[in-house]
Amino acid sequence: MLEEIIIAGFGGQGIMVMGRLLAHAGMVEGRNVSWIPSYGPEMRGGTANCCVVISSDPIGSPVVAEPDTVIAMNRPSLEKFAPSIKPSGLLIYNSSLIDIVPERQDITVIAVRASGIASELGDIRAANMVALGAYLRARGVVSREAVVDSIRAVMPKLSQSLIDLNVKALDKGMDIAGDQLMISESIS
Amino acid sequence: MSERLLMKGNEAVGEAAIRAGCRLFFGYPITPQNEIPEYMSRRLPEVGGVFLQAESEIAAINMVYGAAGAGARVMTSSSSPGISLKMEGISYIAGAELPCVIVNMVRGGPGLGGIQPAQSDYFQATKGGGHGDYRMLVLAPASVQEMADCTADAFELADKYRNPVMVLGDGALGQMMEPVTFSKPPVSVSELPPKPWATTGARGRAPNIVNSLHLENEELEKLNLRLEAKYRRMKSEDVRAEVIDCDDADVILVAYGTMSRVCRSAANMARSAGLRVGIVRPITLFPFPSEILSELAKKGVPFLVVELSLGQMVEDVKLAVNGASPVQFYGRTGGFLPTPKEILARMESVLKDRSQAPCGAVPER
Repeated sequence: MLEEIIIAGFGGQGIMVMGRLLAHAGMVEGRNVSWIPSYGPEMRGGTANCCVVISSDPIGSPVVAEPDTVIAMNRPSLEKFAPSIKPSGLLIYNSSLIDIVPERQDITVIAVRASGIASELGDIRAANMVALGAYLRARGVVSREAVVDSIRAVMPKLSQSLIDLNVKALDKGMDIAGDQLMISESIS
Repeated sequence: MSERLLMKGNEAVGEAAIRAGCRLFFGYPITPQNEIPEYMSRRLPEVGGVFLQAESEIAAINMVYGAAGAGARVMTSSSSPGISLKMEGISYIAGAELPCVIVNMVRGGPGLGGIQPAQSDYFQATKGGGHGDYRMLVLAPASVQEMADCTADAFELADKYRNPVMVLGDGALGQMMEPVTFSKPPVSVSELPPKPWATTGARGRAPNIVNSLHLENEELEKLNLRLEAKYRRMKSEDVRAEVIDCDDADVILVAYGTMSRVCRSAANMARSAGLRVGIVRPITLFPFPSEILSELAKKGVPFLVVELSLGQMVEDVKLAVNGASPVQFYGRTGGFLPTPKEILARMESVLKDRSQAPCGAVPER
């Protein structure tokens, strides 16, 4: 099994943490994993993306050119990376901030109101976890439990109440993706 | 302890150095290696070591010179422009025959260049870099695990040869995270073999002198010949390379570090398309795995050398192959990493042009 993921958004949206949680969860489940950030002079507010590879075999390039999955948290990220998704791949996008509808018909598209849902849960910063939850449900490459177990390792300074909020956001994202996948299956 | 930890390459270098008995780190910040000094600044005080941010790279390398002369396991790290600044000191350290570890997380150049990954410091690392007839032993890891393993080995090799050893990574290897396991128990500093040549205070014994100045011709030539013998010994005892599927290959890729990872992906793609692709991945860049390449070249199989430069290691490949088979080159610069598809396309054209391709043609883009 080989899953190549690009996660993108703007700095401060927790893009890097999403990737690290996925990579750590993959490692916990005994896979080979790699995580590589785009690193540039920009900090908060600039564009940020990272590539995650989860594989049962040794990993070649850690930089992903044609992803199986793209998680786009803002519009420039969607425009930049959606065209590179492999046919029958997966696109998850933050429809709270992205006001266009992806054009591709050959991939699975899941719209998640990630920022809106996170705000409703009490902290917009948990938008990344909503999107990550949607990914977990849609792809099933790593388990929810492995991701939850990884939260403490990846973010050791997080308080228990923030961990609970993150888990709640993750579960909400899983529910939404589940609903959307069920609808699209019943249509097709 | 065999727990898998998810670490950045830079952090793995830091932890491996401490486990290898390094208690002194001198450096100056530069992207993309800042996680190394950051890690050392946190961890070294915990183990009774010293982290010192010097006023410049030049100061840092001369602190390394001093600490190495006193017999300590010592390390500095930087990235390309900073390594250039260290070159005078490295030449002195090589001349004084002192062991130390220097890490270069290469970024694009020349000059200040950029901060993205590159392999354009191959010449500087393997051909001297500073003045005088000297070499560093150069290790080129290709994963976070190897960043740790090569750093640990670098300290052993430095002591074995009383010579500076360079770990040559790049921005991608430094910034990426992968699982890493530290399987060996940490080295006990007090149990390291003694260094009777070190300047540790001459009470009760004749003074030791650590120096690279030899004004008598006879003395200097003696040093030069001793160094040469040392480099010959490196070539016979410490060449390392990974050779993958070369036995019946139609084409053999030669790449190191990050670039070898992309070549691995390209080779997997090529195999599913029916091409037989081998890979030679030098792990020591000096000493270079020339014999492995010259042996493979006897079959006449074409080589495609792929680097994040406009062609540096390719010269060593050509020297090794010595005209026995065609050697072509593909490189990207500026911080770009070629995609596996790009390399696959180059492989296909190497095979198509096999008979008429000039050796080492630079690709058009």
